[in-house]
Amino acid sequence: MSKAPILQAVGVTKNYGRVVALDGADLELFPGEVLAVVGDNGAGKSTLIKCLSGAESPDAGQIILDGVEVSFKRPQDGRHAGIETVYQTLAVAPALDIASNLYLGREMRKKGPLGTIFRMLDGSGMRKAAKDHISALGIGTIQNISQAVETLSGGQRQAVAVARAAAFGQKLIILDEPTAALGVRESRQVLKLIESLRDRGMPVILISHNMPQVFEVADRIQVQRLGKRAAVVTPKTHSMNDVVAIMTGAMTVDKKDQALSPVR
Amino acid sequence: MSSAFVLLFASITFSFFNENFLTPSNFSLILQQVAIVGAVAAGQTIIILTAGIDLSCGAIAVFASMTMAKLVQGTPGEGHPAGWSIWLAFPLGLAVGMLGGAINGFLVTKVKLPPFIVTLGTYNVFVALTLTLTKGTVPSIEMDPFLLTLGHYVNLGPFRITTGVVFVIAMYSFLAFVLRYTGWGRHVYAVGDDIDAARLAGISVNRVLMSVYMVAGLIFALSAWIVIGRVTVASPNTGSDLNLDSITAVVIGGTSLFGGRGTIFGSLIGAIIVGVFRNGLTLAGVDLYYQLLAIGLLIIFAVTVDQWIRKARK
Repeated sequence: MSKAPILQAVGVTKNYGRVVALDGADLELFPGEVLAVVGDNGAGKSTLIKCLSGAESPDAGQIILDGVEVSFKRPQDGRHAGIETVYQTLAVAPALDIASNLYLGREMRKKGPLGTIFRMLDGSGMRKAAKDHISALGIGTIQNISQAVETLSGGQRQAVAVARAAAFGQKLIILDEPTAALGVRESRQVLKLIESLRDRGMPVILISHNMPQVFEVADRIQVQRLGKRAAVVTPKTHSMNDVVAIMTGAMTVDKKDQALSPVR
Repeated sequence: MSSAFVLLFASITFSFFNENFLTPSNFSLILQQVAIVGAVAAGQTIIILTAGIDLSCGAIAVFASMTMAKLVQGTPGEGHPAGWSIWLAFPLGLAVGMLGGAINGFLVTKVKLPPFIVTLGTYNVFVALTLTLTKGTVPSIEMDPFLLTLGHYVNLGPFRITTGVVFVIAMYSFLAFVLRYTGWGRHVYAVGDDIDAARLAGISVNRVLMSVYMVAGLIFALSAWIVIGRVTVASPNTGSDLNLDSITAVVIGGTSLFGGRGTIFGSLIGAIIVGVFRNGLTLAGVDLYYQLLAIGLLIIFAVTVDQWIRKARK
């Protein structure tokens, strides 16, 4: 089975002054898979993700989305191209309600002159659609869509952020340390969300420090080291200890033993 | 709407002390008195909703009013021709207000200074510009009839209020609609609530902030129009209390100084509460000094309640 990658990064390089954050990094994300990106601090995970989502533009290298080379200047560019990113810091406005947060920055207007002339928002339409998105992901614990986000638990807030990404992500979703700020039970909710995204055929890039979580949900695991891709393995072929060894440089994996093509 | 309850409670309390308090004519008077602060507080509210503050609002209002008056008046006695047409002078005065707001907005968004510092600086700049323009004197001029429009009286049932009061209520209604029902309004709240979240959600944060400061500047210039209507001259001294009084109205009206929470009508109610306290205490025969004390305690009370609410929600 040979599928073309939905998103591909080739030799992406990014320097911050004299600090080399990315030194020719590669990445391939295939349709319908969860790709975890792991690595030590400073291995270039975040920078790579920022280049993919448009938060940073790379100094050199190519980013190819669906076979077309793209160059994002701003996060909005990545979003317009169909890449949604959920950031580590809970990027929700606490005083606004769930529906407003879901549609923040791309509100729906009412149809007819009320929307075009008076620029009125379609509040009930957004609430209804938000409710559908939330329940489609199986987030049953959220009852009231008009509830302010600050009244939700950390896991529920992250669920709102993931639901927003799922609602608008056309091509793929990037999750940057989605469980870093969460407790055990709440992390579990988010992992279930990731699985339900995959079940709906949405490709996901998951950046995480948490090895057990990565091994639980990822189809393939890309290990970053010193700004480059050190190896791509699967939870089936390698153990957590192997991954940590690759991260620290204690172990190298031969190209033929890597999982460079889709496993699903 | 806790501020509405405060207003109701204060009104009932004051009516026990003086039977003239709870009369249409007295309330008409209070509304006329608070119209100016109320108008400025509208602009102040949208700025505070973005977690900003404007200490220069009164100075912008006065500078706009002096611009209008000076242009209409010309400079008689110095060989200059008569003043400009009101249809040029008035829009130019409004433009000056917007420009003042744009300068504040530019310094906040591009130079990235805290709004408090920016407007503390521009406050002095606008006061200086006003004094330069007037050479420190109050111009005694036959004011243009159009500039006095908002000082006219209208009878609404038993109430006798100025057109300025009607104008302020209309302005608040419009702003309330825009804040509640448009994307721009929602973005104003989002920027004040969590500026990083707003940016990550794809909102052009700087554009929102810039527009807020410019709209506020326009509102301050429109407030100047009400000032001219009420005092019938453009005086460089009328706006000195507006800077802090407008913040008082916003805070008592329940809008959080940390941004993102509050309603625009709260500020109008806040302005009316201050007016009711002043008027009620006067009718009850309370000394002016104690009136100031009461307003001071009211502010502290309002901010304490705001803090409690924030803590309870976290």
